[in-house]
Amino acid sequence: MKAGDFPFVDEYRDEKSVKKIARQIKDISKKRINLMEVCGGHTMAIHKNGLQDFLPENITLLSGPGCPVCVSSQRFVDHAIAIGRFPEIILTTYGDLIRVPGSVSSLEKEKGKGIEIRIVYSVLEALEIAKANKKKKVVFLGIGFETTAPASAATIIQAEMQKIHNFFLLSAHKVMPPALETLAKEDTQIDGFIAPGHVSAITGYGIYRKLSDVYGKAVVISGFEPLDILQSVLMLVKQIESKLFKVENEYTRVVRPEGNLKAQTLLNRVFTPENAEWRGLGWVPESGLSVSDEFSAFDATRHFLVSLPKQEYPKGCSCGEILTGKKKPSDCKLFSVVCTPINPIGACMVSSEGTCSIFYNYKA
Amino acid sequence: MKKLGQQISIHHGNGGVQTKALIEDLFIHFFENEFLENQSDSAVLPVTGKNIAFTTDSFVVDPIFFPGGNIGSLAICGTLNDLAVSGSNPLYLSVGFIIEEGFKISYLERIVRSMAKEANQAGVKIVTGDTKVVNSGKCDKVFINTSGIGLIEEKHVSISSGIRVKPGDKILLNGPPGEHGMAIMQARGIFNFKSNLKSDCVSLFPLINEILKVSDGISFLRDATRGGVATVVNEIARKCKVGVEIDETCLPVNPDVRVMCEILGFDQLYIANEGKVIVVVDASDAYHVLNSMRKIKTGRTTEIIGEISSDHKGKVVLRTKSGGKRILDELIGDQLPRIC
Repeated sequence: MKAGDFPFVDEYRDEKSVKKIARQIKDISKKRINLMEVCGGHTMAIHKNGLQDFLPENITLLSGPGCPVCVSSQRFVDHAIAIGRFPEIILTTYGDLIRVPGSVSSLEKEKGKGIEIRIVYSVLEALEIAKANKKKKVVFLGIGFETTAPASAATIIQAEMQKIHNFFLLSAHKVMPPALETLAKEDTQIDGFIAPGHVSAITGYGIYRKLSDVYGKAVVISGFEPLDILQSVLMLVKQIESKLFKVENEYTRVVRPEGNLKAQTLLNRVFTPENAEWRGLGWVPESGLSVSDEFSAFDATRHFLVSLPKQEYPKGCSCGEILTGKKKPSDCKLFSVVCTPINPIGACMVSSEGTCSIFYNYKA
Repeated sequence: MKKLGQQISIHHGNGGVQTKALIEDLFIHFFENEFLENQSDSAVLPVTGKNIAFTTDSFVVDPIFFPGGNIGSLAICGTLNDLAVSGSNPLYLSVGFIIEEGFKISYLERIVRSMAKEANQAGVKIVTGDTKVVNSGKCDKVFINTSGIGLIEEKHVSISSGIRVKPGDKILLNGPPGEHGMAIMQARGIFNFKSNLKSDCVSLFPLINEILKVSDGISFLRDATRGGVATVVNEIARKCKVGVEIDETCLPVNPDVRVMCEILGFDQLYIANEGKVIVVVDASDAYHVLNSMRKIKTGRTTEIIGEISSDHKGKVVLRTKSGGKRILDELIGDQLPRIC
């Protein structure tokens, strides 16, 4: 092994293997099909590695609603700002979120006006801030899917064990299956899903069965390296060409059929499913995670009672259609004209995993 | 140093006895030269030749001490490198300190010592300076500004403009990108990584001097600091109205930087360096320059990482390891770790 080699990564970027799979895809792919990569991490990997170059013209990749920042609703940003205006508050958040526009403002703008907002890299850091600032109330803005939600859950349990009563979670955590079902139900143009690898590592395979069995969609759980993604496309094409729809796992080195049982237990204990608003999809039943009654003392929603401004959505913004694969960023009239990473109108332009931001940066 | 006490007080900046003590016992003591000893309002410098390179830079790095250097060595190397990549021979520097009240004198001494060491090694003199002390909380420990003057030979005047850059020229990079940025990030303790990674903070003048000595085919030089290698190659593409092609498989790689970048989802091409230079050279001279660079310590791991093209003018295209191609654009905002 040479210095700079990275086992379990380099093999999955090998040009020869990539080209070999690309040839196999070309050989067997006859139909004109649309595949949706659900996760923002997949969209990123596709564009960062230039993988479109390897796919035949009849395969179109659509980006899905799997970027946590992008699907966070305006209402959530408004809610965070309203809590931030209480006295003695420290808001803590993952970096991207602070630039997401709410109805009238963003966390970044409010920071300039005096709300204390600290960017953290892990929710445990927020807990440390709470310990170091006993006289203040520290609120963590929890976003993300089954991937980040277990960390929030574990932190709440830590807070309870360590008797830290000035830590709160404002949860916008979401779960994938109801959103995917909404897409599969409403949208017949999607032939198959490149299912999110890291979500599946927590949930296991079961959550996708309905997509294949009821809605007749091809589903392959995929890793995030070039070879993973092309192999998944190949598996999807085989399913679609043979009309034998099922849930397959390409990411076997990480994803187990049953998922991560410990994380699932944590999620079930700390959170309760609730209806949640997704930017782009609207209200999706049972797709959100609110803090359960057992841990209500840590629930920012219950602790801080706020009234939120009327929701006004930016005119002309196509985030909704883009998050559901109905439009590409270039179909949005705001894209790269008035909506840019420096001045984002919609959330998809904010996050590095947002479709518009990726298309803008890599000029896809 | 005893006279100075343990820490900087607001009186060290009031222009009186304590200011004088700070200047004489610390700054002049370590930066010792005939121009500075005059303590006049301006250094009066003998300069021959027609072309002067003049540059300035301010340094506010946090933490002030990090593996591979400190704010002082950075302040000297940074300005020396700006002079060197302009094709000039650095001669004189000025140094301005803004120090927070309460700052430890022993820290200041450590910083000043390493500044003197870097300046001496490069054969440049710190000929004038300024010190201000601000109330506690009004600055973060210490900020340093350095300005520098160098002389440029006539034949090297066009190097900083890039007007000689043309399709076919090769692009060289003197080692793995990202070491400074990731070392600083590690020193901040944000991610709990443990590695032996050090900042690449170094004076590039000896390397650049050699490059300019061995080849007349150098068409552009630039140190890749903030914004990293990607920012410099984009600047070449836009400024020189050419296309740039970079081959990811040819990039020198520091394994620690790579691992951290893979985990966090960062692109090492956008991460800051303090000892990396991009060299654009006529193709016929490329291997000669490559071999000469590899003989010098700061150029041992030099690679040809790409070339100038007449296609896709104004844009940089990266050929990825997997064989795909993508645009390598300028960085907008900061790179943030992925969250899932």
